Amino acid sequence: MPLHTFTLNGESVTVDAPDDLPLLWVLRDMLGVTGPKYGCGVDVCKACTSHLDGRDVRPCVVPVSECAGRSVTTIEGLADGDRLHPVQEAWLEQDVSQCGFCQPGQIMAAVALLRRTAEPTDEDIDAIANICRCGTYPRIREAIRRAAARM
Amino acid sequence: MTEVHPAAGRSRRSFLTRLVAAPTLALVTHAAAEALAPQAAHAAVPSLPAPADLVDLGDLFILAGAPTAALLALTVDPDGTVRFRLPREEVGQGLTTAVAMLVAEELDTPLATVRVELDDARPELLFNQLTGSSNSIRSLYGPVRRTAATARARLVAAAARRWGIPAASLTTAEGAVRAPDGRTAGYGSLSAAAADSALPVPAAAPKERQDHALIGRPTGRIDARAMVTGAQRYTLDLDVPGAKPCVVRRPPTLGGTVRSVANLGAVRAMPGVLDVVTLPTGVAVVAETFGQALDAKAALDIAWGPGPADRLSDADIRARLRAAVPPLLVPPLLTPYVDAAFDFAFVSHAPMETNCAVADVRPERAEIWSGLKSPIVARQTIAAELGLPVDKVTVHVVQAGGSFGRRLFFDAALEAARVSRACGRPVRLMWTRVDDTRHGRMRPATHHRIRAAYALGEVLSFEHRVAAAETDFRHGLGEIITATAAHLPAGIGNATLAQTLFHTTVASPYHFGLTTHGLNEVPTGIPTGSWRSVYSANTRGAEEIVVDELAARTGKDPYRFRRAFLKNDAQRAVLDKAAAEGQWGRPLPAGCAQGIAFHEEYRSRTACLVEIDTRDPEHVRVTRAVIAVDVGLPVNPRGLEAQMVGGLTDAISTTLRAGLHIDKGLPLEGSYSQFHWAQQRDTPRDVRVFVLPAAGDRPGGAGELGVPAAVGAIANAWARATGRKPRSFPLDFDVDFTPYPR
Repeated sequence: MPLHTFTLNGESVTVDAPDDLPLLWVLRDMLGVTGPKYGCGVDVCKACTSHLDGRDVRPCVVPVSECAGRSVTTIEGLADGDRLHPVQEAWLEQDVSQCGFCQPGQIMAAVALLRRTAEPTDEDIDAIANICRCGTYPRIREAIRRAAARM
Repeated sequence: MTEVHPAAGRSRRSFLTRLVAAPTLALVTHAAAEALAPQAAHAAVPSLPAPADLVDLGDLFILAGAPTAALLALTVDPDGTVRFRLPREEVGQGLTTAVAMLVAEELDTPLATVRVELDDARPELLFNQLTGSSNSIRSLYGPVRRTAATARARLVAAAARRWGIPAASLTTAEGAVRAPDGRTAGYGSLSAAAADSALPVPAAAPKERQDHALIGRPTGRIDARAMVTGAQRYTLDLDVPGAKPCVVRRPPTLGGTVRSVANLGAVRAMPGVLDVVTLPTGVAVVAETFGQALDAKAALDIAWGPGPADRLSDADIRARLRAAVPPLLVPPLLTPYVDAAFDFAFVSHAPMETNCAVADVRPERAEIWSGLKSPIVARQTIAAELGLPVDKVTVHVVQAGGSFGRRLFFDAALEAARVSRACGRPVRLMWTRVDDTRHGRMRPATHHRIRAAYALGEVLSFEHRVAAAETDFRHGLGEIITATAAHLPAGIGNATLAQTLFHTTVASPYHFGLTTHGLNEVPTGIPTGSWRSVYSANTRGAEEIVVDELAARTGKDPYRFRRAFLKNDAQRAVLDKAAAEGQWGRPLPAGCAQGIAFHEEYRSRTACLVEIDTRDPEHVRVTRAVIAVDVGLPVNPRGLEAQMVGGLTDAISTTLRAGLHIDKGLPLEGSYSQFHWAQQRDTPRDVRVFVLPAAGDRPGGAGELGVPAAVGAIANAWARATGRKPRSFPLDFDVDFTPYPR
């Protein structure tokens, strides 16, 4: 099987995997990085949302071969050591999580949104299509607003 | 084990806390029966109390769980960490946080020092390890506080002996005992001494309500940091050595069987594939990664046998339910009446974390990890399946990514055990989203007939008859005896449980004269299970629609009409709060409208006011929601608020767009792009929840309370905005997608 080398949460990793193996399974099954969750496998629920070169992607539909030489950031790589990212801080302040399963993806989607636009409108926030089955959407909206104000 | 003393009890529940022989402080608490407290009724054309008014399901669970031993266990580590073993499941409802608050309150220790650990399956707990019916805080509020109060008394007694001063002169705060002269001793340093069975300990009672510093204070989740950093471990995140990914190819119709696999050899030879195992429910593939397992699953060429529902489609189900609905009693003769019939589709539980389990089955023992709300019956059933004694099977309860009723069953754990036994290695078994949506379980489809007769400004009778696809209660009360009873021939056992559940949960909060409810369940072969609020979402949701129609017939405002017929001031208080904060009656543009509804259950009550915008028929949106809630005694208002918003989201989804079409024995929907669960764009930008101040000394249930009132409010708002009668749910139920292949 081919080797694929990329940067994962700031460190270089090399995996021996088929070209078309989705990044999600490389992360979870080969590298033990379990923050990105499987929720659908077809880029619908977006629970696995992570960053590829700073842009939000869904690892469940990104073949590992596309990551070669690039930088992958998962929820585990968002904080600076013990210092949480402002979006994570806002998530704690709003006590967003219920079951928590979608929240790594929600947070990574929110961080990507705030990178694209520093002052997101309600319509921008509405456009985040990550599913939260528990219905934490109002607290997510408020957390994004708070984080935007702080950043 | 040394008996210490019966703790002084002020409520009706009696129980006993015992010291466990251990080097540091360890207590267990036994619970005993609690008397039931009928509620008084009074007013308009009085309705007799319904069964649920007198004894609701939660009371039954509390009684059923009463005689079990060693319900709770609390230990204090030498570093001051307090560990509390909880025989329940956390699925996002915030139970572990609420329990940690109760422990911290009574122990006077910082919340951060309390760890709540989910107990393994313990068959000796009998009925007392089932998480459901919004019952956990109701059943645990007293015992948890008394256990912690007893621990505090022992720690104080240990300090008193160490310092040679009377225990009565000592105080506790911040995880330490303090003497009048300023000396302090941390709980960790006292734990060994407090474990001495010879220690004289005065009787301990929990704090009085007015002394609570933490109970009632809005508090963030104890697991919040783990969740936002990705550190929270769910079942498939666990590092079980050697456990390999596993997925199952499932039949093209529900309950279909495997006849033969044509290309077994070719699939076994695929990259990464370790084994292929035929199960009663499909064909399992074990591989090095889930990616490879999914590829191999897709490549399987299987001949399938039929399932029990192969010929069933929505139209047939609807016709069967309509034919099965019990008759109404009151003939509409001389008085005017409202007649209404409602249909509700099947609905997926659809938790974000699909069904999954890890299993490590060896010849002489087995170990299972899964998100389980009835772990005892899971353990007993898996032991029987494997031919092992129950004590050779360990079942770990893992915090789960949502449930909504789904994890009352243990389908994935049983499959994982079978696969692990067959292939002789540990496996991590995961359902795909498509399978999780299609193969269930589901909230059953229901059909409702309601007739309400009225005259001279009074409602004289209110009759409600329900026909439902059978709800599977074969998890019993969480252990094997009632689960076995539910399996009795011809569904008699399950039907009895269904009737019990229906009549102990469904009741009208209004004085509508002669009020009757009836349920008839129809077996369909479709896998079902209790779904958040069980019968009440549809049943009480439909009733709240009829309440609006009665108000319209009699020329009354829907809010004032409800107010006039509710039975007591506590009910009216939440209705008034929602109406006032939601500015009931404020003008809105054409195509937009308000709706209001009320629901009472689990000794709690709530009112919901929403505003809806139907101007874009392609995107009907609830734009604003105001919820008032009274749970008697809120333990964590912040968690309660989250539960109410969760119920609102369930109602938005299932009322407007989320349902399952059954087509020749299988749902068409296969993912969230087809089962239209609410997204951010469907959620109101303005949501406010008002938690009424504590009005009692006991908490009511909260987890399921929010759904029915929100269903009614949304449907009523839609009716007022569109001028149409809401009769079939979800209201927008087009097949606007290409189904995945079977």
